[in-house]
Amino acid sequence: MASFTLDINNKKYKVDASPDMPLLWAMRDLLGMTGTKFGCGKGYCGACTVLIDGEAAKSCSRPIEMVGKSKITTVEGLSSDNSHALQRAWMKYDVPQCGYCQSGQLMAAAALLNEKKNPTDMDIDEAMSGVLCRCGTYQRVRLAIHEAAKEMTGGAK
Amino acid sequence: MSERQNLNRREFIALVGAAGAGLALGFHLISEHRLDAFAAETVATPFEPNAWLRIDTSGGVTVTIGKVEMGQGVRTALPMILAEELDADWSKVKAEQGDAHSKYGRMTTGGSASVRTAWETLRKAGASAREMLVAAAAQTWSVPASDCRTENGMVIHASGKKLSYGELAAKAATMAVPQYPKLKEPKDFKLIGKRVMKLDTPEKISGKAIYGMDVKAPNMLVAVVERCPVFGGKVKAFEASAAKKIKGVKHVVQIPSGVAVLASDYWTAMQGRAQLKITWDEGDFAKQSSDSILAERKKLAETKGAVAKSVGNVEKELASTKKKITNAVYEVPYLAHAPMEPMAAVADVRDGSVEIWASTQVPDRVQNMASDMTGTSKDKVIVHTTFLGGGFGRKLYPDYIEEAIHLSKAVKQPVKIVWSREDDIQHDLYRPSTYNVFNAALGEDGLPTALSLKIVGDALNKSNPKDNVEGAAVEGASNLPYKIPNLHIEWVMHNPGVPTGAWRSVGSSQNAFITEGFIDELAHLAGKDPFEYRKQLLTDARLKAVLELAAEKAGWGNPLPQGVYRGIACHKSFQSYAAEVAEVSVDKKTGEVKVLRVVCAYDCGIVVNPDGAEAQLEGGIADGVSCTFKRAITIKDGRVEQANFDNYDSIRINEMPKVEIHFVPSAEAPTGTGEPAVPPAAPAICNAIFAATGVRVRKLPIRPEDLVKQLGEN
Ligand code: FES
Ligand code: FES
Repeated sequence: MASFTLDINNKKYKVDASPDMPLLWAMRDLLGMTGTKFGCGKGYCGACTVLIDGEAAKSCSRPIEMVGKSKITTVEGLSSDNSHALQRAWMKYDVPQCGYCQSGQLMAAAALLNEKKNPTDMDIDEAMSGVLCRCGTYQRVRLAIHEAAKEMTGGAK
Repeated sequence: MSERQNLNRREFIALVGAAGAGLALGFHLISEHRLDAFAAETVATPFEPNAWLRIDTSGGVTVTIGKVEMGQGVRTALPMILAEELDADWSKVKAEQGDAHSKYGRMTTGGSASVRTAWETLRKAGASAREMLVAAAAQTWSVPASDCRTENGMVIHASGKKLSYGELAAKAATMAVPQYPKLKEPKDFKLIGKRVMKLDTPEKISGKAIYGMDVKAPNMLVAVVERCPVFGGKVKAFEASAAKKIKGVKHVVQIPSGVAVLASDYWTAMQGRAQLKITWDEGDFAKQSSDSILAERKKLAETKGAVAKSVGNVEKELASTKKKITNAVYEVPYLAHAPMEPMAAVADVRDGSVEIWASTQVPDRVQNMASDMTGTSKDKVIVHTTFLGGGFGRKLYPDYIEEAIHLSKAVKQPVKIVWSREDDIQHDLYRPSTYNVFNAALGEDGLPTALSLKIVGDALNKSNPKDNVEGAAVEGASNLPYKIPNLHIEWVMHNPGVPTGAWRSVGSSQNAFITEGFIDELAHLAGKDPFEYRKQLLTDARLKAVLELAAEKAGWGNPLPQGVYRGIACHKSFQSYAAEVAEVSVDKKTGEVKVLRVVCAYDCGIVVNPDGAEAQLEGGIADGVSCTFKRAITIKDGRVEQANFDNYDSIRINEMPKVEIHFVPSAEAPTGTGEPAVPPAAPAICNAIFAATGVRVRKLPIRPEDLVKQLGEN
């Protein structure tokens, strides 16, 4: 057991936990932040994807002792009112089915757009293939990412 | 329930028979299992109360649904049906999940049946309320009701004056409930048939939607269970002292399914579980493997099975015909469901009451089970259904909820059961695997004169008598839609101890693959175009229509880019009709297959929410692609060899074909969309692989190395 301070969505949270506890479980079970999902626990499905300092990371495979002072962004931190360009595009194409993978999809997409303003289909394949959607929403995920990219770059293409 | 109880009841029209007197009005609806009879106009009461509708004084409309939401969009489609007849303002409609209660009729959600079975019920609920609102307005204005119409949440008089549903709600509640409300003609639908965003999408993209996995009850412990790795095995003895030493581990409890570790959180519980030392009695299954099961099935295929269908004389025809295919063996594997959300539920068993929050397809069954297990009367068992992170049939089986009930009862605290992904993949109730043998003879004209099929495989119901054909095992095969004068179909039951369960599209998930593959073989043997061949043989007009539509939209017969090939398949399941054309390219060196495009034509009658329906079909096709290439559960030493998504995966975004959906315009009552797009996908793809390579895929999944091997043999 040790004490850690986590910086999540621009707020500091103190947790007492074993240093090897994954960030996913610290957030879900200790802090009650359940937007980030558990799908496999082994880094295969991406349901637990969050941003760590702006980059996509699988929180099930990141022990809290390794997080340090990094800034963590979860789906709850994308916006408080679904106003993020990705969320709006997600609504336009009505992407979710069961919805369980969608936090991971959104966060992986956010990381992609942080890196590439106008991702190609190949960029999307590369950045998003780590996030499994058992319901098969992929076609809409792709459309929505293009849509959000277009909007974020001022509609220019 | 609590939210509802907090509401000021005077503000609502509550349309439910079970509600109290006064403002809550009785509205009785025909029970689901009588709907077919109802459709055939042999209306039989006893009615059962079913749906709830509330209209508050600000005009907000809340539709409570009994079916569960697992991604298939019922929390949107069902309210749309009611709102259509109500002429509600859709922007004011909210959906609410009903807790388990008999007033909702059958809550079990599966079989692509929710829209089909709720159709009449919810239309009547909406139409009735609409007539009551009109009556209230007419009385207010002292005008005949026939001079009033409704639109977008308003009653409008011929003179132009208007009252909103909110303004009328209180008065409407005092009007008589019409027994036979007038329903709209489908041509007058305004909302049904419109593409609407699902009502729950905003919650699902903000992280706010609550799934079974997300529920937290005060003072709750999290439990994980170590189960015998061999099916049917039992705990002989266990040692828990090391587990109990871990800080945060509170209890170790033996339950029928294994040994549970209860802790403050999941991670800690898993640490404790890793420290358990359990000796198992592995039981009878410990020596089984996929190979031994297959060997037994090969032998069983030589024996006589239960006859599912027999017309004419297949043997005679086969003996006297030269043009034939004999002993064509098709195989499909066991499949895990692997919904994205692993099994999870919270149970709080108290003295005299039980409360459960679960991601389940069977809230009604859970209520009965909890009542039986705890000796609590059913009305004191509250079952809240959360969102389901996928179901696909897995959550029809409440084994995980049973564990939570056992544990909460034992420790007298709320308990959340959580399955790891490994638990899920290794302790599922699997889609049966089957071994199938076909024979067929063709006449002079190339059309089949005889066909026999023997299916050897698991029953879903393990107590099914051997000589009884289980419907699910032969569905999609015994109702072969093609005109074949001599037809013989047998099923040999073989239950080697693997737990099995309904899996998205059930028997059709395997039987469409085998029958649509084999029909394609016959077309090629006859030297005919596989589309024309099917068209000539199909007896069902609606199935033929989707086949033709798919072919037309896919440009069947038109040239394709170099290296791209097509395959076609069609199948009816759950009263819906689907045909798919797949376009693939094959790298003959590596055996890699790319599914580039799938064109799907679909007939489910009236399409309630086209966008939601398309999503279901896209997802069904994705599932079909995954089954074609990725998924198999295999067994060694009585254990499942796969454990997580590294070796039991689904397609990823880079493997998703471009999917195009075309609905057949229809005024027929709606059926469903959750399952029927799955069955034609695998055969359409495999038929395209044949077109590309001459290799006939008779066994799923087809891995690149298998394809390379078969290419070498050709
Ligand atoms: S839960 Fe982290 S990758 Fe699957
Ligand atoms: S929406 Fe269900 S897993 Fe992606």
